[in-house]
Amino acid sequence: MNTTRGFTGRPRAARPGLPPGQYDAGDDWPVLSAEVTPEIAPADWTFRVGGLVAEPRTWDLAGARLLPASGYAGDIHCVTGWSKFGVRFGGVSLDAFLDAAGPLPSATHAVAHAHTGYTANLPLADLTGGRAWIVWEYDGQPLAPEHGGPARLVVPHLYFWKSVKWIAGLELLDHDEPGFWEQNGYHARGNPWEEQRYSGD
Amino acid sequence: MTETATHTTGAGAPAPPARFAVPGRIEVNGRVAGTWQTATLTGIRRETPRASTFRFAVPGWAGHLPGQHLMLRLTAEDGYRAQRHYSLASAPDDSGHIELTLDRVPDGEVSGWFHTVARPGDEIEVRGPLSGFFAWPGDRPALLLGAGSGVVPLMSMVRHHRARGLTVPLRLLVSARGPGELIYADEFGAETTPVFTRTAPAGAPVGRLASAHVAPLLAEPPAGGWEAYVCGSNAFAEHASRLLVAAGQPVDRIRIERFG
Ligand SMILES: Cc1cc2nc3c(=O)[nH]c(=O)nc-3n(C[C@H](O)[C@H](O)[C@H](O)COP(=O)(O)OP(=O)(O)OC[C@H]3O[C@@H](n4cnc5c(N)ncnc54)[C@H](O)[C@@H]3O)c2cc1C
Repeated sequence: MNTTRGFTGRPRAARPGLPPGQYDAGDDWPVLSAEVTPEIAPADWTFRVGGLVAEPRTWDLAGARLLPASGYAGDIHCVTGWSKFGVRFGGVSLDAFLDAAGPLPSATHAVAHAHTGYTANLPLADLTGGRAWIVWEYDGQPLAPEHGGPARLVVPHLYFWKSVKWIAGLELLDHDEPGFWEQNGYHARGNPWEEQRYSGD
Repeated sequence: MTETATHTTGAGAPAPPARFAVPGRIEVNGRVAGTWQTATLTGIRRETPRASTFRFAVPGWAGHLPGQHLMLRLTAEDGYRAQRHYSLASAPDDSGHIELTLDRVPDGEVSGWFHTVARPGDEIEVRGPLSGFFAWPGDRPALLLGAGSGVVPLMSMVRHHRARGLTVPLRLLVSARGPGELIYADEFGAETTPVFTRTAPAGAPVGRLASAHVAPLLAEPPAGGWEAYVCGSNAFAEHASRLLVAAGQPVDRIRIERFG
């Protein structure tokens, strides 16, 4: 181990729930998108599930709100090193959208894309079984545009670049297709507990 | 479909765009980016009361493009590790050295070690270069907007432009609280316009970056238009990118690096 002379780190208690290489950002919620924050009126937001599904479906925000309410309360982890504990998102489980569209048996992966064109790839198994949400509330308030409002994807068990802001849709595929950061050297899956940051990790 | 037809649009919705509106500039070598390397501190240069430049020898450094960053980690005796991202301040060269410029963050774990403990001869670990997105190979006219330590990756571009004698247009608008906090002040040339938000030299205006700085550059863009690079805090990035859009810069030609 290459220890650094004179480096002790900040006094710290063991923080269960903090993945390796991460630090607790406390109350901060850094914004790390590489693009201009788009101005999307809630009335103009749509979410489409297409590709390898029985019936492609598109929802607007009012339609999405008719689905059973669900939410995520827990921690999130950004590949740049910060983790944020005890966040509360409100929206709908992705299962509700997927069930309505009916994924075909051949579907194994998805590309999530934003209204801006940003993309991220995900194995379908990471999006089902109550592990992913489309959310429009943070702490009971409408999600701020710079954090992905009107609505974003949340996949909290993966690094947060997978939780596509300004989510526009999911395209189901029978193969993996790298998204924006994955084409720029990031890991294909991004599990924080295995420190899957960059390709080759 | 019928039961929710009032709220779903079903078929006929436009096909989603296939790619991020702003494509990456270069491919990143995953193998190199994935390897931790030892970097030996060879020199420390004071830039401002709050910022210093740290020069390292990294014998295995694969080279980088201006705008790229690396991941740096420090390891304590008990095995605890802290890692942070830092932009490369130096222009690519074959000296086997790289430079980083670190702002001293109050109570900062990593920047605090650099500003109070680090001395030449110390060894740390780095991996990179990372991200092909904010990189500027020097091929397109570049309009650079930075604030605070956000000027670091932009300075790498300015230095690259100078070192290679590039003629492609390059402009830097850099915001700082006052002249004493302007990192690299002595190095800027005619390509740079400093913007002072709190105190300015006699005769110079005080105020934040405004459309009056940006609009003239976009009113007469160079052939092919600008590739805009914005770097700094999130608040600055939001402000500067909105000014660019308002002045007519296409969103898909704005690259943003936010330091959080
Ligand atoms: C792509 C990228 C490039 C970057 N490039 C640069 C660069 O070129 N130059 C540069 O200076 N920075 C750069 N940064 C920022 C850099 O990565 C660090 O965030 C910065 O140096 C602060 O790290 P730190 O360890 O010193 O502070 P941290 O320890 O992370 O603290 C940051 C703030 O949070 C507070 N804090 C956090 N946790 C605690 C805690 N447990 N107890 C008390 N206080 C706490 C601190 O008081 C402090 O104000 C870059 C960031 C990114 C994402």
